[in-house]
Amino acid sequence: MIRVVLPYHLRTLARVGGEVKLDVEGQVTQRSVLDGLEACYPMLRGTIRDQVTQQRRPFLRFFACEQDLSHEPPDAPLPEAVATGAEPFLVVGAIAGG
Amino acid sequence: MSSVRVLVGTRKGAFVLTSDGKRKRWAVTGPHFGGWEIYHLKGSPVDPNRLYASQTSGWFGQIIQRSNDGGKTWEAPGGGMTTAPSGMPVVESNKFVYDTSPETGKPLTTHQWYDGTQHPWEFKRVWHLEPSLTNPDTVYAGVEDAALFRSTDGGQTWQEQAGLRGHGTGPKWQPGAGGMGLHTILLDPSDPERIYIAISAAGAFRTNDAGKTWKPINRGLKSQYIPDPNAEVGHCVHHIALHRSRPSVLFMQKHWDVMRSDDAGDSWQEVSGNLPTDFGFVIDVHAHEPDTIYVVPIKSDSEHYPPKGKLRVYRSRTGGNDWEALTKGLPQRNCYVNVLRDAMAVDSLDSCGVYFGTTGGQLLASPDAGDTWAPIVRYLPAVLSVEVQTLP
Repeated sequence: MIRVVLPYHLRTLARVGGEVKLDVEGQVTQRSVLDGLEACYPMLRGTIRDQVTQQRRPFLRFFACEQDLSHEPPDAPLPEAVATGAEPFLVVGAIAGG
Repeated sequence: MSSVRVLVGTRKGAFVLTSDGKRKRWAVTGPHFGGWEIYHLKGSPVDPNRLYASQTSGWFGQIIQRSNDGGKTWEAPGGGMTTAPSGMPVVESNKFVYDTSPETGKPLTTHQWYDGTQHPWEFKRVWHLEPSLTNPDTVYAGVEDAALFRSTDGGQTWQEQAGLRGHGTGPKWQPGAGGMGLHTILLDPSDPERIYIAISAAGAFRTNDAGKTWKPINRGLKSQYIPDPNAEVGHCVHHIALHRSRPSVLFMQKHWDVMRSDDAGDSWQEVSGNLPTDFGFVIDVHAHEPDTIYVVPIKSDSEHYPPKGKLRVYRSRTGGNDWEALTKGLPQRNCYVNVLRDAMAVDSLDSCGVYFGTTGGQLLASPDAGDTWAPIVRYLPAVLSVEVQTLP
């Protein structure tokens, strides 16, 4: 079971209250987690990754286990603690006002 | 008794304002999609409870929202839990993908960047949604970077009307200060094949074959901020309006100049007349008087607020040139708000109501065609768009 923490606006968009829990088959990577997330919550398509390029949107970051994973390859394995559900995978909006 | 529903898009959400035909007491609901920019929302003329909204964010991109109950509840079309037997979603919502050349698979064209170099098209957001006049599931979207998309399945999937961007002048289009947005879509009620659109800063365009082919319609426009002031394209058109009984007559608020065309855009004449400044963003037409038009003059392209701190709507009852200031109920001192291009609309009650929103968050209404004004609400977030539905 993978745990994903979304920023406020994506939680309201997906109509979820807290963490999202996902089953991911095979290797647990950014791509497989986000694929699983979008399969369960299609309204999130395009909000985290570009619809066409699948690149991370520029004002979003990925954190887990106190590490910044934003610039890791999308197919690199996520930390074991994320894969086991001990730690969540965090999607975080860049800090800015407005 | 008839009633009125005003749809307001703001920097921080959407609001729905309703009143009976007297338009004195208003109920306000919202914010819907609190914290998101709502560039535009508009109802279907065929099914007034079918609304479409453009929800957008620099962080999270573009979302299309749809309501089937007049704005009480909303859904992202195709964004629910619908899945195929394989377990994968069967639809792709919110996806705006530009066409490529069928021969090469490469981008259709590039456009001019601020510095004059060529730049690829990059989707940013939907500026304007225009529901079909005949089918509630068909809706057009004007987007930034400028292009026209259409959905025929209620907003679930979108297809570019690529004849516009591909017709040849694309490399001369350039972004205005607010980006290169396609902000105006006018569907001709007398001819389903004829559509007008406008882009900042490219100009106005018309199709006579339902979007397959397009032509620039900018003859008569003069813009001193481009190398050739009379160029075929490159003009910063801010908004265009028409009266449904006379759809070949167009009124335009350009970056500077208020213009009029009597031949479906083939030629334009300036009708700024005695306006205190002919810079502005909005322009609209009275619901029952095709030659009564409204603008809100703004001081200049560098100072986006009313001249002398006086918020004045100007009305012409002669289709331009002769203008009168409408001030009763509007602030006449220390007012420095702007009125953006999609932020004025009219209702179609017997006494035509006129509405506009400001960047200061005021939503102002006149139930008597502009003679008197009063705020419906005073402290919304900055208003980006206003649309009005007149309900039976």
